Amino acid sequence: MSTVTNSIFSSATAARFDHLVTLYPVKRSALIPMLLYAQDEVGYVSDAVVAELAQRLDLLELDVRGVLSYYSMLRTKPAGKYNVQVCTNISCMLVGGYDILDHCKAKLGIGHKEVTADGQFSLEEVECIGACCWAPAMQVNYDFHDNLTTVKVDSILADYAAGRGKDVK
Amino acid sequence: MPTLVSHPEEVKVLSRRFGQGAAEIDKYVELDGYKAVQKAIESGPEWVINEMKASGLRGRGGAGFPTGMKWSFVPKVSAKPKYVLVNGDESEPGTCKDHVIFLHDPHAVIEGTMIAGLAIGAKMGFIYLRGEYRYLLKIVEKAVADAYAKGYLGKNIFGKEGVDFDIVTQTGAGAYEVGEESALMESLEGKRGVPRIKPPFPAVVGLYGGPTVINNAETIASAPHILLMGGEAYAKIGSERNGGTRLFGISGHVERPGVYELPMGYSLRKAIYEVAGGIKGGRKLKAVVPGGSSCPVLLPDEIDVGLDFDQMGKAGTMLGSGGIVVLDETVSIVEFALRTIKFYQHESCGWCIPCREGTDWLKKTLTRFYNGGGNLKDINNIQYLAENMMGRTFCPLGDAAAMPTLGFIKKFRPEFEEYLKGVRTEKNFITTDELVGASH
Repeated sequence: MSTVTNSIFSSATAARFDHLVTLYPVKRSALIPMLLYAQDEVGYVSDAVVAELAQRLDLLELDVRGVLSYYSMLRTKPAGKYNVQVCTNISCMLVGGYDILDHCKAKLGIGHKEVTADGQFSLEEVECIGACCWAPAMQVNYDFHDNLTTVKVDSILADYAAGRGKDVK
Repeated sequence: MPTLVSHPEEVKVLSRRFGQGAAEIDKYVELDGYKAVQKAIESGPEWVINEMKASGLRGRGGAGFPTGMKWSFVPKVSAKPKYVLVNGDESEPGTCKDHVIFLHDPHAVIEGTMIAGLAIGAKMGFIYLRGEYRYLLKIVEKAVADAYAKGYLGKNIFGKEGVDFDIVTQTGAGAYEVGEESALMESLEGKRGVPRIKPPFPAVVGLYGGPTVINNAETIASAPHILLMGGEAYAKIGSERNGGTRLFGISGHVERPGVYELPMGYSLRKAIYEVAGGIKGGRKLKAVVPGGSSCPVLLPDEIDVGLDFDQMGKAGTMLGSGGIVVLDETVSIVEFALRTIKFYQHESCGWCIPCREGTDWLKKTLTRFYNGGGNLKDINNIQYLAENMMGRTFCPLGDAAAMPTLGFIKKFRPEFEEYLKGVRTEKNFITTDELVGASH
């Protein structure tokens, strides 16, 4: 049973949060993982998420929002069901990272931080994701795809569109 | 999935378990896993610190501080609990070595954390991974759970009465700045990742106000190997005052990019031309960014240098994170400098004005320059801005942005001047709107 009655989260996530706050000497330490896991479930960090996390951690909503606005992976608007994040930092740029990004833009018909009309895909240009030696690289719902070519990107996007893509949330 | 590479010139110490399924605890144990920590429990903290000092191991995050000395700074007696903190917030562009460690040998990080804990008298360690490494976090979480199940973590570890150690894994949520040690502590305390003023240093006042050892994941993962082979034997592999081996991630325009383990002091030229197979397509080398994007660039005639902290320092650059980015003759340095500074502008946490404003103006100036609106004065202005950021911020992010910028201007000034004469018209890089508009 969750410590918060009427939790907006699934019982599994609520239980996970109950456990998370016990791990650290100070329970506020659970805030960043909780924000991320909440986003994974809800799709973004909504006002309701902020309110519940503040309640769970005995923080002001302002404290939660201050942290939320700092970290680039956290968002306050829904992304697509599949969030495509293309790295264009130096190692990727040198081997065609911008071609991959442009290809995704054309293929999906959306730009940076936009969502397709059907809500299936969103696109983001991101900074270095730590796949430099296997560049160019991108992530879709946390799953890494590397040594990309435009042909490979097409098949990856097709897999996700058909519901066959991997999700490592 | 990252592909493993191999080359006969490699000396496999840290990477010797890669590709052998050592993420599974039984396999890890079969490959001498968790022997070093038991040896550490028997031999005591003083022995551990002496071996670490003898090993000549220096911080693999980039600063190169001697690890044994760092551990010895932690006070023996403390009213507040002590902690070990593993920095796996790998975010320096060009760097993907910790990625491979977490993937192939997560137990080495866990065992190293325990060893550090025993050395300083801590009972708790944290392994912090960048948020983007979710699949690796799951691998590390499973490894930690397996270690608990075997009785290697928790109370009375390895059946030794009174020896306790706990490990908690933690995820970030996207912030380069959190790779800085004090910002990482803020982040782990559930706050915005802004740096703390030093002193006091983490060894005295760190996480939750307690004495804390914070080490890069590669540094920590090296500890078990050092204790098994002996500090002196480890030191001998490397060069003077730079013990052991290091994982070098070679990326960009090379034939065989990848993460290679080479002895400290190994020739940068050989690393590029032999280990990584030379420049892609037989083209000419233009420049090398030798240790992640914050390191000043080297020219083709400057790469006869050994890959260790001291020799790279003497060459006017840094060994940094070991991420070697190779640029061939087709690269526009103006474009490359802009992409580099765009990153630092995006990642500046905004705490210190010289960094916040400096990176922003550098980006604006370089953007205008790149798009054809530049003039000769801009080149001096870029230099002036960068020089005024150096050493004027709480953490090294300001320097990390200024140093490569100064390197590009100093070594490629003629290219910047030429650029003004025949501005490229194609916009295959990024538009001004996207660059300047997005953040304002």
